[in-house]
Amino acid sequence: MDSSKTHEILQSAEFKKLVKTRWNISLSFTFVMLFVYIGFLLLIAYNKDFLKMPLGDSLNLAIVVGLGIIFFSWLITGLYVYWANNYYDSDVHEIKKKL
Amino acid sequence: MSLNLLLQISPSGPASTLGTANPVSIAIFFLFVAVTLYITYWAAKKTKTGSEFYAAGRNISGFQNGLALAGDYMSAASFLGIAGMVATKGYDGLIYSIGFLVGWPLIMFLVAEPLRNLGKYTFADVVAFRLKQRPIRIAASVGSLLTISFYLIAQMVGAGSLIKTLFGLNYEIAVVVVGLVMTMYVLFGGMLATTWVQIIKAVLLLSGATILVLLALSKFNFSPSELFMSVKTQYGSDMLAPGGFITNPLDALSLGLALMLGTAGLPHILMRFYTVPDDKAARKSVFVATGFIGYFYILTFFIGFAALALVGKDAIISLDKGGNMAALLLAENTGGSAFLGFIASVAFATILAVVAGLTLSGASTISHDLYVHVIKKGVSDEKGEMKVAKRATIFLGILAVTLGLLFKGQNVAFMVGLAFSIAASANFPALLMSIIWKGFTTKGAVYCMVTGAVLSLVLIVISPTVWVDILGNTEAIFPLKNPTIVSMTSAFIVGIIVSLAKPEKEAADLFESEKLRTYLGHGSEK
Repeated sequence: MDSSKTHEILQSAEFKKLVKTRWNISLSFTFVMLFVYIGFLLLIAYNKDFLKMPLGDSLNLAIVVGLGIIFFSWLITGLYVYWANNYYDSDVHEIKKKL
Repeated sequence: MSLNLLLQISPSGPASTLGTANPVSIAIFFLFVAVTLYITYWAAKKTKTGSEFYAAGRNISGFQNGLALAGDYMSAASFLGIAGMVATKGYDGLIYSIGFLVGWPLIMFLVAEPLRNLGKYTFADVVAFRLKQRPIRIAASVGSLLTISFYLIAQMVGAGSLIKTLFGLNYEIAVVVVGLVMTMYVLFGGMLATTWVQIIKAVLLLSGATILVLLALSKFNFSPSELFMSVKTQYGSDMLAPGGFITNPLDALSLGLALMLGTAGLPHILMRFYTVPDDKAARKSVFVATGFIGYFYILTFFIGFAALALVGKDAIISLDKGGNMAALLLAENTGGSAFLGFIASVAFATILAVVAGLTLSGASTISHDLYVHVIKKGVSDEKGEMKVAKRATIFLGILAVTLGLLFKGQNVAFMVGLAFSIAASANFPALLMSIIWKGFTTKGAVYCMVTGAVLSLVLIVISPTVWVDILGNTEAIFPLKNPTIVSMTSAFIVGIIVSLAKPEKEAADLFESEKLRTYLGHGSEK
């Protein structure tokens, strides 16, 4: 590989944008996931009664929130894959053409 | 193995055939071993080169790898243990399983794709990519081998006791059988055989648990709300809400971080990303794994509550204090002894698959990281490397059996927590910083990994988990049950300070050029 070509790509605005967007998305998603899970733990630690709130005759908030976090994990992972497949990969493809 | 050994009948709890030789489970178990050994024979013919042995020739599809990742992660401990926790402590069991699941999205966001693009066979490949090979490989191997060993001890001891309860088979024989069969998988079939063992096991476990939940729910007109109602009427509404598991927020946070970030530092999980052709497939495999693992934890939640409602807490506890037999008692209650036999053999297969994955990853650490990059300084022919890899497999097989026998009857439950703590403190911080931080240096990485490993080990010994519960002292020196919040944070801080104190120019320069590989997959291992 031609090293001036490599240098050119590394310095190009679109490559820098690719890397920046990738980490903006990854790190925001990471913080959202951490926030949800740690928030859940702290809620249990500090306010169990709130989670005991009944919803209907047999359900309560704790079960809904707990299972909700599992669904949320699926959703956010799926969202990342959707973004990566549809946006990230096509940008990568464009840049790779120049190599 | 002679049949007499299998037919030793041991006494068991009331109205249960657990612990007696169940012809169905013996038949299914032998079928599983026969099929997987045949696969090993088939895989052996395709396992000649290093890339085939360590990474199945990078020919596993994203979906297959997702199932195999789920297979690697869903241990018998989480199947029987979490169902048992729900069956004895109610909702608290779910808090644990959620912690195990939320690590997966983070693997996706932070490590999966860069790992696939930068590495070759082990996670140390990524950390050492632009840093000095020898010090990094040595430190990373320490973290990897510690994580693998503690995880392995917990699995082997669990396997021995579980098999004893399930089949009435002698503990020592169970440990030796597990060690022998898994060594055959790894030694002859390498990653290809191990992957297929994981896939078959994952399918068996997921379908077995699904049938179990359906059979149990059929007693409640397929209505989860009737199930919850039954639990509520029999045991009170507190069973359906958080109880005593989390009282100290710091303790909860520390354990939460270990489960969540430790997952992203488990060597046998990280190694699986090299079996797929590219970063896109790596991404897909995390999505598939997250889906199956989440589904599995939802199933265990229902299995626990159904066991509580149908079998009853007293009957579950009378057989095992920790409730580990809840899922099996429920299987017998809803599907008779044939179904119990099926679920029991699935649990056995689960252990075999998990220890095979651990052994393979340990062998690759010894041969690829230590032998090639430390002893041979990066210059080794493939033949020599493979020879060492195979010897390391045999060594680890013997070690696993020895440790399993040595720790018989010991309380090893804390070792899983410790393995996750070391993974989160020694492996994960160095891996993450090497991927995202330009200023990370060789010295910084070594200090970071050593700090994480040493603090995890020392703090767990003086924590209530070991100091009080195992060594019998009255008060712990370190107050938290899991050290991760201190050990991981310290590892990050030490890594950053040491790196900032003395920058490494070559490493920073290489960081720029490695970007083409990290983000575009340019020059990645094919």
